[in-house]
Amino acid sequence: MSCEKFKNLMMGYIDDELNEHDRGAFLGHVRSCAECSSELEHYRKLKEVTDGMKLTSPEDKIWRDYWSVIYNRIERGVGWILLSICGILLLCYGGYKAVEEFIADPTVGLFVKVAILGLIVGVAILFISVLRERLYFWKRDRYRDVRR
Amino acid sequence: MNRAMDDETHFVVRWRKGETKAFEFLVKKYMRKAYFIALGLVGQHDVALDLSQEAFVRVYRHRRKFDPNRRFFPWFYQILKNLCFNWLREQRANPRIALEDLSERVEREELSLSFDPNLMVERDAVKDRVWKAISSLKPRDREIIILRHFQNLTYREIAEVLSCSQGTVMSRLYYARRALRQKLEQHTEVE
Repeated sequence: MSCEKFKNLMMGYIDDELNEHDRGAFLGHVRSCAECSSELEHYRKLKEVTDGMKLTSPEDKIWRDYWSVIYNRIERGVGWILLSICGILLLCYGGYKAVEEFIADPTVGLFVKVAILGLIVGVAILFISVLRERLYFWKRDRYRDVRR
Repeated sequence: MNRAMDDETHFVVRWRKGETKAFEFLVKKYMRKAYFIALGLVGQHDVALDLSQEAFVRVYRHRRKFDPNRRFFPWFYQILKNLCFNWLREQRANPRIALEDLSERVEREELSLSFDPNLMVERDAVKDRVWKAISSLKPRDREIIILRHFQNLTYREIAEVLSCSQGTVMSRLYYARRALRQKLEQHTEVE
Protein backbone atom coordinates (compact mmCIF):
# COMPACT_ATOMS: atom_id res chain seq x y z
CA MET A 1 0.00 0.00 0.00
CA SER A 2 1.33 3.46 -0.87
CA CYS A 3 1.93 6.29 1.63
CA GLU A 4 -1.03 8.14 0.06
CA LYS A 5 -3.41 5.38 1.24
CA PHE A 6 -1.93 5.49 4.73
CA LYS A 7 -2.41 9.26 4.85
CA ASN A 8 -6.16 8.76 4.78
CA LEU A 9 -5.84 6.11 7.50
CA MET A 10 -3.74 8.62 9.45
CA MET A 11 -6.84 10.75 9.86
CA GLY A 12 -8.82 7.79 11.13
CA TYR A 13 -5.98 6.95 13.50
CA ILE A 14 -5.68 10.39 15.10
CA ASP A 15 -9.47 10.62 15.38
CA ASP A 16 -9.63 7.13 16.89
CA GLU A 17 -11.96 5.90 14.16
CA LEU A 18 -10.01 2.91 12.78
CA ASN A 19 -10.92 -0.72 13.27
CA GLU A 20 -8.29 -3.07 14.72
CA HIS A 21 -7.15 -4.30 11.32
CA ASP A 22 -6.60 -0.83 9.79
CA ARG A 23 -5.06 0.43 12.99
CA GLY A 24 -2.53 -2.41 12.99
CA ALA A 25 -1.71 -1.87 9.31
CA PHE A 26 -1.28 1.86 9.84
CA LEU A 27 0.97 1.50 12.90
CA GLY A 28 3.05 -1.09 11.02
CA HIS A 29 3.58 1.39 8.20
CA VAL A 30 4.37 4.36 10.45
CA ARG A 31 7.08 2.38 12.24
CA SER A 32 8.86 1.87 8.93
CA CYS A 33 8.15 5.26 7.27
CA ALA A 34 9.88 8.33 8.69
CA GLU A 35 7.90 10.73 6.49
CA CYS A 36 4.50 9.44 7.63
CA SER A 37 5.71 9.30 11.21
CA SER A 38 6.73 12.97 11.15
CA GLU A 39 3.50 13.93 9.40
CA LEU A 40 1.52 12.07 12.05
CA GLU A 41 3.11 14.24 14.75
CA HIS A 42 2.19 17.42 12.85
CA TYR A 43 -1.43 16.36 12.48
CA ARG A 44 -1.64 15.26 16.09
CA LYS A 45 -0.55 18.72 17.23
CA LEU A 46 -2.95 20.38 14.81
CA LYS A 47 -5.80 18.24 16.13
CA GLU A 48 -4.91 19.14 19.72
CA VAL A 49 -5.26 22.83 18.91
CA THR A 50 -8.44 22.52 16.86
CA ASP A 51 -10.04 20.27 19.48
CA GLY A 52 -9.39 22.96 22.07
CA MET A 53 -11.16 25.62 20.05
CA LYS A 54 -14.74 26.31 21.04
CA LEU A 55 -17.14 28.88 19.64
CA THR A 56 -18.99 31.21 21.99
CA SER A 57 -22.68 30.68 22.42
CA PRO A 58 -24.87 33.74 21.87
CA GLU A 59 -26.87 35.15 24.78
CA ASP A 60 -29.88 33.15 26.02
CA LYS A 61 -32.33 35.68 24.57
CA ILE A 62 -31.29 34.60 21.06
CA TRP A 63 -32.30 30.99 21.83
CA ARG A 64 -35.52 32.07 23.53
CA ASP A 65 -36.55 34.14 20.48
CA TYR A 66 -35.18 31.72 17.89
CA TRP A 67 -38.41 29.82 17.28
CA SER A 68 -40.64 32.93 17.26
CA VAL A 69 -38.49 34.51 14.52
CA ILE A 70 -38.94 31.39 12.40
CA TYR A 71 -42.68 31.21 13.17
CA ASN A 72 -43.12 34.87 12.16
CA ARG A 73 -41.27 34.31 8.88
CA ILE A 74 -43.43 31.27 8.07
CA GLU A 75 -46.59 33.18 8.97
CA ARG A 76 -45.53 36.20 6.89
CA GLY A 77 -44.76 33.92 3.96
CA VAL A 78 -48.32 32.53 4.11
CA GLY A 79 -49.62 36.09 4.41
CA TRP A 80 -47.75 37.23 1.30
CA ILE A 81 -48.98 34.25 -0.72
CA LEU A 82 -52.61 34.91 0.30
CA LEU A 83 -52.24 38.63 -0.36
CA SER A 84 -50.74 38.03 -3.80
CA ILE A 85 -53.28 35.39 -4.90
CA CYS A 86 -56.29 37.36 -3.66
CA GLY A 87 -54.90 40.62 -5.09
CA ILE A 88 -54.44 39.02 -8.52
CA LEU A 89 -57.93 37.48 -8.38
CA LEU A 90 -59.52 40.82 -7.43
CA LEU A 91 -57.59 42.67 -10.14
CA CYS A 92 -58.68 40.12 -12.74
CA TYR A 93 -62.29 40.32 -11.60
CA GLY A 94 -62.20 44.15 -11.54
CA GLY A 95 -60.59 44.22 -14.99
CA TYR A 96 -63.16 41.80 -16.35
CA LYS A 97 -66.04 43.87 -14.95
CA ALA A 98 -64.54 47.09 -16.32
CA VAL A 99 -64.15 45.59 -19.79
CA GLU A 100 -67.67 44.14 -19.63
CA GLU A 101 -69.11 47.57 -18.78
CA PHE A 102 -66.97 49.22 -21.42
CA ILE A 103 -68.18 46.82 -24.12
CA ALA A 104 -71.80 47.29 -23.06
CA ASP A 105 -71.49 51.11 -23.13
CA PRO A 106 -73.40 52.32 -26.25
CA THR A 107 -71.65 55.73 -26.20
CA VAL A 108 -68.25 54.18 -27.02
CA GLY A 109 -67.57 53.65 -30.71
CA LEU A 110 -66.96 50.19 -32.22
CA PHE A 111 -63.45 51.14 -33.37
CA VAL A 112 -62.36 52.08 -29.82
CA LYS A 113 -63.92 48.88 -28.42
CA VAL A 114 -62.05 46.70 -30.92
CA ALA A 115 -58.78 48.58 -30.27
CA ILE A 116 -59.11 48.19 -26.49
CA LEU A 117 -59.96 44.48 -26.84
CA GLY A 118 -56.97 44.00 -29.14
CA LEU A 119 -54.77 45.76 -26.59
CA ILE A 120 -55.97 43.48 -23.79
CA VAL A 121 -55.52 40.33 -25.89
CA GLY A 122 -52.01 41.52 -26.92
CA VAL A 123 -50.95 42.13 -23.32
CA ALA A 124 -52.37 38.71 -22.31
CA ILE A 125 -50.43 36.94 -25.10
CA LEU A 126 -47.20 38.73 -24.14
CA PHE A 127 -47.71 37.90 -20.46
CA ILE A 128 -48.41 34.20 -21.12
CA SER A 129 -45.47 33.96 -23.53
CA VAL A 130 -42.99 35.51 -21.05
CA LEU A 131 -44.37 33.39 -18.19
CA ARG A 132 -44.07 30.18 -20.25
CA GLU A 133 -40.50 31.04 -21.26
CA ARG A 134 -39.54 31.78 -17.65
CA LEU A 135 -41.03 28.51 -16.44
CA TYR A 136 -39.30 26.58 -19.23
CA PHE A 137 -35.84 27.97 -18.40
CA TRP A 138 -36.41 27.85 -14.64
CA LYS A 139 -37.10 24.09 -14.79
CA ARG A 140 -33.87 23.51 -16.74
CA ASP A 141 -31.66 25.99 -14.88
CA ARG A 142 -28.98 24.03 -13.00
CA TYR A 143 -28.08 27.10 -10.99
CA ARG A 144 -31.59 28.08 -9.96
CA ASP A 145 -30.80 27.47 -6.27
CA VAL A 146 -27.80 29.79 -6.40
CA ARG A 147 -28.70 33.19 -5.05
CA ARG A 148 -27.35 35.86 -7.34
CA MET B 1 -33.63 2.56 16.70
CA ASN B 2 -33.34 4.31 20.07
CA ARG B 3 -36.04 6.21 21.89
CA ALA B 4 -34.81 9.66 20.83
CA MET B 5 -35.06 8.63 17.18
CA ASP B 6 -38.57 7.22 17.75
CA ASP B 7 -39.58 10.58 19.22
CA GLU B 8 -38.07 12.41 16.30
CA THR B 9 -39.83 10.20 13.74
CA HIS B 10 -43.11 10.90 15.50
CA PHE B 11 -42.52 14.68 15.32
CA VAL B 12 -41.32 14.47 11.70
CA VAL B 13 -44.56 12.71 10.69
CA ARG B 14 -46.62 15.41 12.43
CA TRP B 15 -44.48 18.22 10.95
CA ARG B 16 -45.00 16.87 7.42
CA LYS B 17 -48.73 17.18 8.01
CA GLY B 18 -48.15 20.88 8.72
CA GLU B 19 -48.29 20.86 12.54
CA THR B 20 -46.27 23.85 13.69
CA LYS B 21 -45.97 22.48 17.25
CA ALA B 22 -44.13 19.44 15.92
CA PHE B 23 -41.91 21.67 13.83
CA GLU B 24 -41.17 23.79 16.89
CA PHE B 25 -39.86 20.64 18.59
CA LEU B 26 -37.51 19.93 15.65
CA VAL B 27 -36.34 23.55 15.53
CA LYS B 28 -35.58 23.60 19.25
CA LYS B 29 -33.77 20.29 19.00
CA TYR B 30 -31.47 21.39 16.18
CA MET B 31 -31.26 25.19 16.46
CA ARG B 32 -27.91 25.26 18.28
CA LYS B 33 -26.33 22.74 15.95
CA ALA B 34 -27.65 24.66 12.92
CA TYR B 35 -26.38 27.99 14.24
CA PHE B 36 -22.89 26.70 15.07
CA ILE B 37 -22.51 24.93 11.71
CA ALA B 38 -23.53 28.12 9.91
CA LEU B 39 -21.20 30.12 12.15
CA GLY B 40 -18.31 27.84 11.27
CA LEU B 41 -19.07 28.22 7.58
CA VAL B 42 -19.73 31.97 7.36
CA GLY B 43 -17.87 33.23 10.44
CA GLN B 44 -20.28 36.01 11.39
CA HIS B 45 -22.83 35.81 14.19
CA ASP B 46 -25.67 37.81 12.56
CA VAL B 47 -25.33 36.05 9.22
CA ALA B 48 -25.14 32.60 10.83
CA LEU B 49 -28.26 33.32 12.87
CA ASP B 50 -30.18 34.59 9.86
CA LEU B 51 -29.13 31.74 7.57
CA SER B 52 -29.83 29.03 10.13
CA GLN B 53 -33.33 30.45 10.70
CA GLU B 54 -33.92 30.82 6.97
CA ALA B 55 -32.93 27.15 6.51
CA PHE B 56 -35.66 26.11 8.96
CA VAL B 57 -38.21 28.30 7.15
CA ARG B 58 -37.31 26.66 3.82
CA VAL B 59 -37.45 23.21 5.34
CA TYR B 60 -40.96 23.97 6.62
CA ARG B 61 -42.10 25.27 3.24
CA HIS B 62 -40.69 22.27 1.38
CA ARG B 63 -41.83 19.66 3.89
CA ARG B 64 -43.70 17.71 1.20
CA LYS B 65 -40.39 17.05 -0.59
CA PHE B 66 -38.92 15.39 2.49
CA ASP B 67 -38.48 11.65 2.18
CA PRO B 68 -39.91 10.19 5.42
CA ASN B 69 -37.49 7.26 5.17
CA ARG B 70 -34.55 9.64 5.65
CA ARG B 71 -33.45 11.24 8.88
CA PHE B 72 -34.38 14.87 9.38
CA PHE B 73 -31.00 16.39 10.14
CA PRO B 74 -29.00 15.27 7.05
CA TRP B 75 -31.77 16.69 4.84
CA PHE B 76 -31.87 19.92 6.82
CA TYR B 77 -28.09 20.12 6.70
CA GLN B 78 -28.07 20.11 2.87
CA ILE B 79 -30.40 23.10 2.81
CA LEU B 80 -28.40 24.96 5.45
CA LYS B 81 -25.13 24.23 3.68
CA ASN B 82 -26.50 25.42 0.32
CA LEU B 83 -27.66 28.66 1.91
CA CYS B 84 -24.26 29.23 3.52
CA PHE B 85 -22.29 28.36 0.38
CA ASN B 86 -24.54 30.62 -1.70
CA TRP B 87 -23.98 33.44 0.75
CA LEU B 88 -20.22 32.93 0.59
CA ARG B 89 -20.36 32.87 -3.22
CA GLU B 90 -22.36 36.09 -3.18
CA GLN B 91 -19.80 37.72 -0.90
CA ARG B 92 -16.99 36.73 -3.23
CA ALA B 93 -18.92 37.99 -6.26
CA ASN B 94 -19.94 41.29 -4.64
CA PRO B 95 -17.37 42.02 -1.95
CA ARG B 96 -18.01 44.94 0.34
CA ILE B 97 -14.55 46.37 0.64
CA ALA B 98 -13.96 48.86 3.39
CA LEU B 99 -13.00 52.35 2.21
CA GLU B 100 -9.58 52.12 3.81
CA ASP B 101 -8.87 48.98 1.78
CA LEU B 102 -9.64 50.64 -1.56
CA SER B 103 -6.14 52.01 -1.85
CA GLU B 104 -4.68 48.56 -1.33
CA ARG B 105 -4.95 45.57 -3.61
CA VAL B 106 -7.33 43.15 -1.96
CA GLU B 107 -6.98 39.57 -3.08
CA ARG B 108 -10.31 37.82 -3.63
CA GLU B 109 -9.25 34.81 -1.59
CA GLU B 110 -8.33 37.06 1.30
CA LEU B 111 -11.82 38.51 1.38
CA SER B 112 -13.02 35.43 3.19
CA LEU B 113 -10.86 36.43 6.14
CA SER B 114 -13.67 38.33 7.82
CA PHE B 115 -14.16 35.69 10.52
CA ASP B 116 -14.43 37.32 13.89
CA PRO B 117 -11.78 35.88 16.28
CA ASN B 118 -13.92 37.02 19.24
CA LEU B 119 -16.29 34.18 18.38
CA MET B 120 -13.90 31.81 20.14
CA VAL B 121 -14.40 31.04 23.83
CA GLU B 122 -10.72 31.17 24.74
CA ARG B 123 -8.27 33.07 22.62
CA ASP B 124 -4.51 32.88 22.35
CA ALA B 125 -2.02 33.54 19.57
CA VAL B 126 -2.03 29.94 18.32
CA LYS B 127 -5.82 29.62 18.27
CA ASP B 128 -6.16 33.00 16.53
CA ARG B 129 -3.77 31.83 13.83
CA VAL B 130 -5.61 28.54 13.38
CA TRP B 131 -8.99 30.32 13.27
CA LYS B 132 -7.64 32.71 10.64
CA ALA B 133 -6.30 29.76 8.64
CA ILE B 134 -9.65 27.91 8.92
CA SER B 135 -11.47 31.00 7.68
CA SER B 136 -9.28 31.17 4.60
CA LEU B 137 -9.88 27.52 3.62
CA LYS B 138 -12.12 26.66 0.70
CA PRO B 139 -15.71 26.26 1.99
CA ARG B 140 -15.65 22.53 1.16
CA ASP B 141 -12.54 22.00 3.29
CA ARG B 142 -13.82 24.25 6.05
CA GLU B 143 -17.07 22.27 6.12
CA ILE B 144 -15.42 18.99 7.06
CA ILE B 145 -13.18 20.65 9.65
CA ILE B 146 -16.23 22.28 11.25
CA LEU B 147 -18.19 19.03 11.35
CA ARG B 148 -15.32 17.08 12.87
CA HIS B 149 -13.79 19.57 15.29
CA PHE B 150 -16.52 22.03 16.19
CA GLN B 151 -19.49 19.67 16.02
CA ASN B 152 -17.55 16.62 17.23
CA LEU B 153 -19.37 14.37 14.79
CA THR B 154 -18.10 10.84 14.28
CA TYR B 155 -17.06 9.68 10.82
CA ARG B 156 -20.32 7.74 10.54
CA GLU B 157 -22.35 10.87 11.36
CA ILE B 158 -20.32 13.02 8.96
CA ALA B 159 -20.76 10.41 6.22
CA GLU B 160 -24.51 10.51 6.82
CA VAL B 161 -24.87 14.30 6.60
CA LEU B 162 -22.57 14.53 3.58
CA SER B 163 -24.15 11.48 1.92
CA CYS B 164 -20.79 9.81 1.29
CA SER B 165 -18.77 6.85 2.56
CA GLN B 166 -16.58 6.91 5.69
CA GLY B 167 -13.58 6.39 3.41
CA THR B 168 -14.46 9.63 1.61
CA VAL B 169 -14.76 11.37 4.97
CA MET B 170 -11.23 10.26 5.88
CA SER B 171 -9.89 11.36 2.52
CA ARG B 172 -11.64 14.76 2.68
CA LEU B 173 -10.37 15.28 6.21
CA TYR B 174 -6.85 14.56 5.07
CA TYR B 175 -6.98 17.10 2.23
CA ALA B 176 -8.69 19.68 4.46
CA ARG B 177 -6.13 19.26 7.24
CA ARG B 178 -3.31 19.37 4.74
CA ALA B 179 -4.71 22.62 3.33
CA LEU B 180 -5.05 23.95 6.87
CA ARG B 181 -1.44 23.06 7.60
CA GLN B 182 -0.30 24.82 4.43
CA LYS B 183 -2.32 27.93 5.30
CA LEU B 184 -0.80 27.98 8.76
CA GLU B 185 2.68 27.72 7.29
CA GLN B 186 1.91 30.54 4.82
CA HIS B 187 0.54 32.79 7.58
CA THR B 188 3.59 32.10 9.73
CA GLU B 189 5.88 33.02 6.83
CA VAL B 190 3.98 36.27 6.20
CA GLU B 191 4.12 37.23 9.88
